[in-house]
Amino acid sequence: MLARTADNLFWLSRYVERAESLARILDVALRLATLPSAYAGTSNEWESAIDTAACREAFYAAFPVANEKNVTAFIIAGETNPTSIRRCIEIARHNARAVRTAITTEVWEILNDAWNHLQKVNLNQMSGQDLTRFLAFVKEVSLRFDGTAYRTMLRTDHYWFQRLGMYIERADNTARLLDVKYHVVLPETEPVGGGLDYFQWSSLLRALSALNSYHLIYRESIRPWLVADFLILRPEQPRSLISTYKNLNDVLDLLAERYGRQGPSQRLARSTFAELGNVDTASLFQQGLHEFLIEFLAQNNRLGMAISEQYLQ
Amino acid sequence: MRLRLRHETNYDYAEPARGAIQVLRLTPRNHATQFVRRWRVEIDADCRLERDEDAYGNITHIFSIDGPIERMRILVDGEIDTSASAGVVRGSLERFPLGYWTSETPLTAAGEGLREFASDLSAQDGGDPFAFLHRLNTTIFENFTFLPGATDTATRAEEVFQHRSGVCQDFAQVFLAAARQMGIPARYVSGYFLRTDTDQQQAGHAWAEAHIAGIGWVGFDPAHGLCADERYIRLATGRDYLEAAPIRGSRLGGQGESLSVAVSLHEGREIKEQ
Amino acid sequence: MPEFFDEMRGSGDGIRPVYREIAEWFEQAPRDLIASRRAEAEAFFRRIGITFAVYGDEQGAERIIPFDILPRVITSSEWTSLSKGLEQRVAAINAFIADCYGPREAVKAGIIPEELVLQNPAFRPEMTRIRPAKDIYCHICGIDIVRTGPDRFLVLEDNARTPSGVSYMLENREAMMRLFPELLGRTKIKPVDQYPEELLATLRSVAPHTAPGEPTVVVLTPGPYNSAYYEHSFLADRMGVELVEGRDLFVRGNVVYMRTTEGPKRVDVIYRRVDDEFLDPLAFRPDSALGVPGLLSAYKARNVTMTNAVGTGVADDKAVYSYMPEIVRFFTGKDAMLANVETWRCREPAALSHVLAHIGELVVKEVNGSGGYGMLVGPHATRDQREAFARKVKANPENYIAQPTLALSTVPCFVEEGLAPRHVDLRPFVLSGSDRIRIVPGGLTRVALKKGSLVVNSSQGGGTKDTWIVDAGPAGNA
Repeated sequence: MLARTADNLFWLSRYVERAESLARILDVALRLATLPSAYAGTSNEWESAIDTAACREAFYAAFPVANEKNVTAFIIAGETNPTSIRRCIEIARHNARAVRTAITTEVWEILNDAWNHLQKVNLNQMSGQDLTRFLAFVKEVSLRFDGTAYRTMLRTDHYWFQRLGMYIERADNTARLLDVKYHVVLPETEPVGGGLDYFQWSSLLRALSALNSYHLIYRESIRPWLVADFLILRPEQPRSLISTYKNLNDVLDLLAERYGRQGPSQRLARSTFAELGNVDTASLFQQGLHEFLIEFLAQNNRLGMAISEQYLQ
Repeated sequence: MRLRLRHETNYDYAEPARGAIQVLRLTPRNHATQFVRRWRVEIDADCRLERDEDAYGNITHIFSIDGPIERMRILVDGEIDTSASAGVVRGSLERFPLGYWTSETPLTAAGEGLREFASDLSAQDGGDPFAFLHRLNTTIFENFTFLPGATDTATRAEEVFQHRSGVCQDFAQVFLAAARQMGIPARYVSGYFLRTDTDQQQAGHAWAEAHIAGIGWVGFDPAHGLCADERYIRLATGRDYLEAAPIRGSRLGGQGESLSVAVSLHEGREIKEQ
Repeated sequence: MPEFFDEMRGSGDGIRPVYREIAEWFEQAPRDLIASRRAEAEAFFRRIGITFAVYGDEQGAERIIPFDILPRVITSSEWTSLSKGLEQRVAAINAFIADCYGPREAVKAGIIPEELVLQNPAFRPEMTRIRPAKDIYCHICGIDIVRTGPDRFLVLEDNARTPSGVSYMLENREAMMRLFPELLGRTKIKPVDQYPEELLATLRSVAPHTAPGEPTVVVLTPGPYNSAYYEHSFLADRMGVELVEGRDLFVRGNVVYMRTTEGPKRVDVIYRRVDDEFLDPLAFRPDSALGVPGLLSAYKARNVTMTNAVGTGVADDKAVYSYMPEIVRFFTGKDAMLANVETWRCREPAALSHVLAHIGELVVKEVNGSGGYGMLVGPHATRDQREAFARKVKANPENYIAQPTLALSTVPCFVEEGLAPRHVDLRPFVLSGSDRIRIVPGGLTRVALKKGSLVVNSSQGGGTKDTWIVDAGPAGNA
């Protein structure tokens, strides 16, 4: 397959996944903003939203204050935001158009319809209800994209590169979300496990559609280290770091098998997967969750570059 | 005259290039008054220099390198004997009929300004081609300003004419456009020129050749107001700069390229003619 | 105005036998059925995304070319003689191009003026050092044919560079098969669907000697913004080969490779839909981002075949066209089976004065113009337009040729007011491989949908029709 085609497939699903993550980040912030404890001013959920979306600099170049109005406007369709939700969908559709024959009609139509829908919505003037509806729409696009690709695409390298992009992006987003929240929930005056914690973590889980599954797995109330355990180490949780790395390994193995050779991507993915399999929650907290996540993000980024070098250029 | 040449082209990349490919026209051919004693072209990288000839008989080398490339050097080193001929080029390889050399290229297309300029100049000598070409050569030399950096390799003759400034290749192309406008076959020459003030130069040289019935091809150098004599080394010819360019290259990646060129041309020890 | 030959009614009142079946069918079919099929046809073309971009349209809007559902029919005996003429013409074009870059015998023999070859903007000096296999330069040639009478087919234009339109030929047939299966069932139409296969066989046949038994063929496109991108991806898809852009290819050691997920893969044949001057920034326009640096050098080293060859444009400008009857005779030793349209070359003083004196009756064209631009249709122009054009011609006569206003044949079309005759032309596609010449029976019929218009170009309000080559029963009974 042409390297450019693989590159397009890889990035198109990364952008869809990113659009979904951005929608979820706004979801978390919106939920927190309605909580009574947020009024106490101990944290600014909008600050943490721009950190999670990794757009602090670009945001402050465009707006003086991080509040609901500014942050949602910027993340959804900020003119100067290169990875706004609108841009993500535009880029994904553009990439899909360039590899139109490498994806199924069904997959193309989802992206094309989403793009057409974006042209019709006035993203600059949304009521609270519009906003909720829009975020639901973005998440639905991602779900339909994922499911349609899963159900219609041939299991060849076309499909695998598309999956690789999705998992790399998902790992990045989960780690980032967790890292930013970890800071927020550890204010100096509030001991871990306090009331504020509870709301923070439960909104996070709810936004990741993981609140019920948390309870199913742990059968106890929400505790920060268990949330970390859930989102990092539990193979049952499909967004957990270890799940995404299990998937990355599987796909990279399929590629290695198909092409009859393997390289840095396979080695890096295996080593990260092995590491994740060898830590436990206790050591994670001893060593420092923040440091662990920063290191993970760097490794994940390296894997992305390795895939790019090995296959996409 | 025996001329010794060393021409170094150095590329440095801030971010290593992922690959590079170049076509060189850096090897002269012999003609009646130019004899190549020894000549070599060297690249300081693992690659094959494929030697070939282009449509006009210019000797070309092509090479391609896989990255990462942090720096790259092209070295030309040679020794050549030349002799005086009052600018007339004899015994050169000719693959096209004369009429071919009257065709315009995008770089040498004459606009309104150049057309008028050429016919005015020509009228002054009653249409005599030889006198016209000399007048054209001198006029460009006297009225155009040598101004490096004001133009680039994509600057068209007509633009150069409007601003009356540029470098040797621009003047050569203005000369070509004007000569062809009067129906005179003319071509671009790239090569080297022996300067008396220094033997360290920043670049090669370029001039023009025009064909005069009864005499043949004559080299005119509007950058110096001279006819090309034994101080000139002819490397390659073409209808314009692009067809005779000493180096045309392309690279992948390699942001932040810095280029340095050093041409050292001086007179060597000559063996007396008997 | 001259009388027009109508391909369905002939010059009289009856229906020509070859159209009887169709005429009957459309006669019987209820009006609303036809209306709904027309709507379906439009929806079909919109859905598959077969669009084109109009040059000079600021919005760069994509449009679909109008498709007329009434097919244009040619009998197989008419086709047989037409295709023999096409074969001869393309053979002569290939021999002529080889000669231009070789000994230039045609120039020496005074068949064509030297400057039309050597000073032609499409002449590529580099090609004097490159000799394509079997001297085939123009592997894919589109010859525009017009019809002026029952037995009179003329060549209007030779397209020897990168002719397009074949995807319309194929999609038009596809649309007809979906919309009118009952009608197609009744008629013995020669199939065209094998075109991609034949194209691939042609491309493989000219692979370099170094290529493996199954040579790697690619289609090189300028990219999604090109007006014919749909066709490029369509052809790549149907042939089952990669559609590449310049940046997907690179040259190492004079060999062309494409970048794949499995590393570099050697490319043997490039069906390029990128114009000459953009092919290789080291040989042609240095600012081209559409090409492949070093491609020409690899081509010269015979490590890759390009189709069409570089420099085929010397054979398809309108000045050279006017010499084609002599060129055909010179290279094939026989008179041209397909005649040219009578052409005045404004570069010749006598012709120029004739053209200026009769500009109101003639069609005047720029030598290097295309797509229906840069031309004047005398009888349809206003006085001011004629005068302005005459001034341009006088200022630069070499740049123009003129032809009589042709009595182009008409075929019935569905238009607003019902069934009405409209002028048509035909572009068949001729494939020249090193094994043989292949011509798919049919071609692209273009139709001038504006009443009385003779300009069939899609950019100027033209549409298309499916073209049927059918057996007409008793031979010659058309």
